[in-house]
Amino acid sequence: MRPLVSDATRLRFARNGNLQFGLAMLSLLVLASVAGSALVPFDPLDIDFGQALQPPGWPHLFGTDDLGRDVLARVVASASVDMKVVSICVLLPFLIGSTIGLVSGYFGGWIDLIIMRFVDVLWAFPFYVLVISIVGALGPGTGNIYLAFSMVVWISFARIVRGEVLLARRLEYTQAVSVLGYSHARIMLRHVLPNVITPAIVFMMADVVLTILGVTSLGFLGLGIQPPTPEWGVMIAEGRNFIQDGWWISLFPGLAIVFVGITFSLIGDGLDDFLRPKP
Amino acid sequence: MSQPIIKVDDLRVTFGHAPESVTVVDGVSFEIGEGEVFGLVGESGSGKSVTCRSLIQLFGGARPSSVTGRILFDGQDLAQLSPTDFVRIRGTRIAMIFQDPMTALNPTMRIGDQIQETLCRHDGLTTRQARLRAIDLLKAVGVTAPERRLDSYPHEFSGGMRQRVLIAIALACRPKLLIADEPTTALDVTVQDQILKLILRLRDETGMAVLFVTHDLGVVAQTCDRVGVMYAGRIMEMADTTQLFANPSHPYTRALLRALPAHGKRTGRLEPIGGAPPSLADPPKGCRFHPRCRDAVFDCTTVRPPLVTVAAGHTGACLRMEAVS
Amino acid sequence: MKLVFFTLSRLAQLLPVLLGITFVAFFLLRVMPGDPATLMLGSRGTPEDIAALTRQLGLDRPLSAQYLSFLSDIARGSFGRSIAYKAQIGPLIGERLWPTLALVGFSTVLAVAMTVPLAMLTAVRRGGVLDHLVKIFFVVAMSMPGFWLGVLLILLFAIVIPIFPVSGYGDDFLTRLHHLVLPATIIALGTAALTIRSLRSSIVAVLGADYIDTARAKGMPERIVLWHHVFRNSLTSTISVLAVHTSWVVGGTVVIETVFGIPGLGSLLVSSISARDYPMVQGLTLTFAVLVVSINLLADVAYALVDPRVSLS
Repeated sequence: MRPLVSDATRLRFARNGNLQFGLAMLSLLVLASVAGSALVPFDPLDIDFGQALQPPGWPHLFGTDDLGRDVLARVVASASVDMKVVSICVLLPFLIGSTIGLVSGYFGGWIDLIIMRFVDVLWAFPFYVLVISIVGALGPGTGNIYLAFSMVVWISFARIVRGEVLLARRLEYTQAVSVLGYSHARIMLRHVLPNVITPAIVFMMADVVLTILGVTSLGFLGLGIQPPTPEWGVMIAEGRNFIQDGWWISLFPGLAIVFVGITFSLIGDGLDDFLRPKP
Repeated sequence: MSQPIIKVDDLRVTFGHAPESVTVVDGVSFEIGEGEVFGLVGESGSGKSVTCRSLIQLFGGARPSSVTGRILFDGQDLAQLSPTDFVRIRGTRIAMIFQDPMTALNPTMRIGDQIQETLCRHDGLTTRQARLRAIDLLKAVGVTAPERRLDSYPHEFSGGMRQRVLIAIALACRPKLLIADEPTTALDVTVQDQILKLILRLRDETGMAVLFVTHDLGVVAQTCDRVGVMYAGRIMEMADTTQLFANPSHPYTRALLRALPAHGKRTGRLEPIGGAPPSLADPPKGCRFHPRCRDAVFDCTTVRPPLVTVAAGHTGACLRMEAVS
Repeated sequence: MKLVFFTLSRLAQLLPVLLGITFVAFFLLRVMPGDPATLMLGSRGTPEDIAALTRQLGLDRPLSAQYLSFLSDIARGSFGRSIAYKAQIGPLIGERLWPTLALVGFSTVLAVAMTVPLAMLTAVRRGGVLDHLVKIFFVVAMSMPGFWLGVLLILLFAIVIPIFPVSGYGDDFLTRLHHLVLPATIIALGTAALTIRSLRSSIVAVLGADYIDTARAKGMPERIVLWHHVFRNSLTSTISVLAVHTSWVVGGTVVIETVFGIPGLGSLLVSSISARDYPMVQGLTLTFAVLVVSINLLADVAYALVDPRVSLS
């Protein structure tokens, strides 16, 4: 029987420190998102004015905020909120953009021309400007955040996948299968897609970093997830008013965002080496 | 041969560190006289390029972990020079031209500036003087309308013209030794011929010595006074060009000549050399050519053949030299 | 003269993109689910208010007519009327443009000042200690939310050690510069995190180029090889790398201006969104896009100036 993972693959993984480290950090993050509330003995929403603005110490490791809520409990609870929103905000544009890029690159001609002109135009709008305007117009709410990110970020994936499709089309195997008379859908999904999706997957990791910054920025501006739901951006905004008396309220959620960013930067670099080995 | 301008003695160049080290040049010795064109010929990977790059300590991306041996140039041991002292040798007394003229000129600098830069630096000329001298140099290498061409950028030149410009840059400070690393390989045959003739003419005019590296025996025959045949980091045979072609004594040289279309009878069959060059990470014991040699005997697999004199000015490194020739 | 012609021809090529930008800015808020007037008034709006606003903004007219009048507003430089300010949008944006431009310019200068020497050093000594440190530093910098860093820097440099102003924008050049140091540094850090890697790898490529060997073979000392030959040839990549990230820099101003209370386009955008001033939001998104396109045009021209292979004609 053939082993599930070849020795060469295993060796490549063993030598890939970035990927290992990133995945280890990711498992911590997943643990916090899934089981975090069970690990911290405080409720993120419990208000206790007697305990307001306690500095980090025991029993409040990260201190408490102006309402006496435990900052550690809130940072951990935010992980599940933010990671869920970020995952959807990355996956939707990935799916939409990759599909559009695949179709655009595969068929070419006027379809490609129209789509790419549209991408060029959207490209001129700064990411933050579009996302903030759209969410601002629709009103806060996770559904609107998903819609805004889907409308804005797909262009990156479309560009990447289209470029790869154009390269792949020149290769002989795609020309060979089209001679066999397969349907367009079958050629695209079975033969082209597997060869063009790697760069999009690698970019997806970088996009997680941009998205976590975007989502928490919306929270910070009061346009994203609404209080009292614990969310890193919201927490930083709340702590901003007490920055002199309670720097810890803003500090720890920010560190959590940095943690997420580093995690996915490492995974992105690691995946790039792992999936696209360079000679 | 006249007074040697450069004498290389037991040069060894190693890349990487044990146990993964690779000795690319393994005990190479030769000398070049004033005004002589000495050819180093060999297949790619034979160490000829690294040999000539060691002479001016210019290795591009990969630096060797060790370079040993003596390089006596004009009475001075180059191996002893510090990197800063070496900068003063390059361009002034030893110059080099490279294989691909399409990429060897700085694309964002005017041709004139690229020539003048070296004149101003080494000869202390003013920009004005350097410009006049650059015009002379371009004229000397056969660039027409040099006054105008001085202000052009490399992309406005053809490959042959760029190689002429590179030769002008190399010769700007009248070096005593020109190292030419496959200078015509990337060019069309007709242009190749012009460039070879240009190098020979400039040698005649300036009396400089030329170390000419090539894999093309045809080019060797046309250009070189003397030639060394390299294989797997070692020199196999060294002789005057006419002597080498008339009376090759090393099995590898003979094999090379049998594979050369212009040599011998036109109707004769070309014979490729069986097998492939060895990996230098794990070279064969004894003579490095023995796995591909039709004349090899048992000793060839264990004993490194010394370089022995076959005739006056003709040496070879083969245990069976007499038996073979 | 050639340069002017080059710029004009590039501008002509950009016309379709500019038209597309007006199209997107106009339809962005029209394709949203829900009626714009209802959205604008929010929960406060009575049916009468909504009807009045619909009439005032001409929302009852066909979309094509609305778009054409939007275009003619742009052509007259008024961009329509702001609901919150009850004034022409064009002059309001014009006033707010300068602080944003100053912030973008200052942070670009800082980003270049960080990127070029560090990219150069890490490319020359790749695999060294500095290379690793810089890499780690910028992975962290890339992950830091600007608004969070802003809050912390305000605490550190405006409250604990009060050497920079907490917020706002000065009246003369020097005080303005002083106000912009912290925000510009934050944007520059985020930008440099993105640019330094691409510039480093393109310098590594230049270092391996044959013409660098030629320069060394000419006997040019390492200092001149690096700053004359390598630097000039990687300048083109510096420009294109910066141009690619322009949109990021410009977008970064939105949140940072809000944190530092800088009266620029970004803080205007955020306050207009809170005030549900849709004509203003529309005018601002358009302005931001035009800003990005203009900066990219500048980059094109700069590229053509540096690289002789780009034909100016």
